[in-house]
Amino acid sequence: MDESRRNFLKVAGSAAVGAAWAVPVVKALAGGGKTQTWPGGRAARRWALVIDVNKCSSPAVQRACAEACHRVHNVPHVPEHKHEVKWIWSTGFENAFPEQAHHDYRRDLLENPVMVLCNHCERPPCVRVCPTQATFKRPDGVVMMDMHRCIGCRYCIAACPYGARSFNWEDPLKYLDHPRPDYPHRTKGVVEKCTFCTERLARGLEPACVEAAVRVAGPGAMVFGDVGDPNSAVSQLLRTKTTLRRKPGLGTEPHVFYVV
Amino acid sequence: MHDSGKIIGGLVIFVAGLTFPFWFTLAAGQADYRPDPERPTGQKHCVEDTAYMKAWHMDLLDHWRDEVVRNGQRVYLPDKRWPCSRDEDCTGGFCQQGICRYDMSLTNNCLECHRSRARFCDRCHDYLEVKPYCWDCHLAPEEE
Repeated sequence: MDESRRNFLKVAGSAAVGAAWAVPVVKALAGGGKTQTWPGGRAARRWALVIDVNKCSSPAVQRACAEACHRVHNVPHVPEHKHEVKWIWSTGFENAFPEQAHHDYRRDLLENPVMVLCNHCERPPCVRVCPTQATFKRPDGVVMMDMHRCIGCRYCIAACPYGARSFNWEDPLKYLDHPRPDYPHRTKGVVEKCTFCTERLARGLEPACVEAAVRVAGPGAMVFGDVGDPNSAVSQLLRTKTTLRRKPGLGTEPHVFYVV
Repeated sequence: MHDSGKIIGGLVIFVAGLTFPFWFTLAAGQADYRPDPERPTGQKHCVEDTAYMKAWHMDLLDHWRDEVVRNGQRVYLPDKRWPCSRDEDCTGGFCQQGICRYDMSLTNNCLECHRSRARFCDRCHDYLEVKPYCWDCHLAPEEE
């Protein structure tokens, strides 16, 4: 066959253009069907949590919240303190708010521990340092973990100023008596933390800690909602009550607020 | 050619060793062995066609994982539009506008029907010597 250079280039060029078009089309076809959100699922412009420190001051409330959270998310109870894993826990007021508290602060505040968890910062330092984007911020403000991508480098643990992240030094399954099959547990060598219960929000439920706090301490103990909506309960609380954020000087803009 | 005997003998041994797996399975009467994963009873269909699931389930699960974890999408509308009249027609999902939609979840959807990892997933995976790391974190309802 007598093939001119011109004809060869024509055929090669159109084949390349055709392949460039075909690749995404084939991918889209192979990828299967379409996706959508769950009917009745909750969406927000910006999720936030408001904790009423006074209503949640008792150890019973704080224990109920931590137990509810750790139960539904298969968070192991590791006896070795240095290896412990926690999503929500209690700490002294002066530890949670070192920039605000002083030795003559309100006694009732200083005397009771407060509940702390991931703050789902507007500018999360953990996300900035993660080399694999295993932790990332969703458009609705939730700082999420993708366990499939975590390589266990622990940069995020070093970066988080709130100690909100735990590393799995051991196989967590060893410390789970009755692991729930409906939520994955983690593996040795990954970092985990609170996810604002994205799996429950998708089904239209409250986060597990909020549900437990309201059950034990009554309505308003913890309020979860959309601060992007000026008419939401959390927005109204923030406008009318005195609230604290942890370590505001760092500029991370936490979205867990404390009514004092 | 002084060593032809050694060379040919060596070649025969080499070829015999190379083909050992073939004639060993033949001798054991396992030449036509196929893994037989346990099919769930009482179900009419999977989320997609069986042929598609056999060939592409790993890609589908990868796609689901990214949609759920990274994009916050949790409901799958299959290419195959399974007709339904109520939620019970779509195990692991729900019925909307006469079409089944499914929860994009290994443990809350797939394993609702395929309840045993050992009798479904592992039978093919073991045969093919693939070791997916799903099970490092995801639990089947009936572990053995």
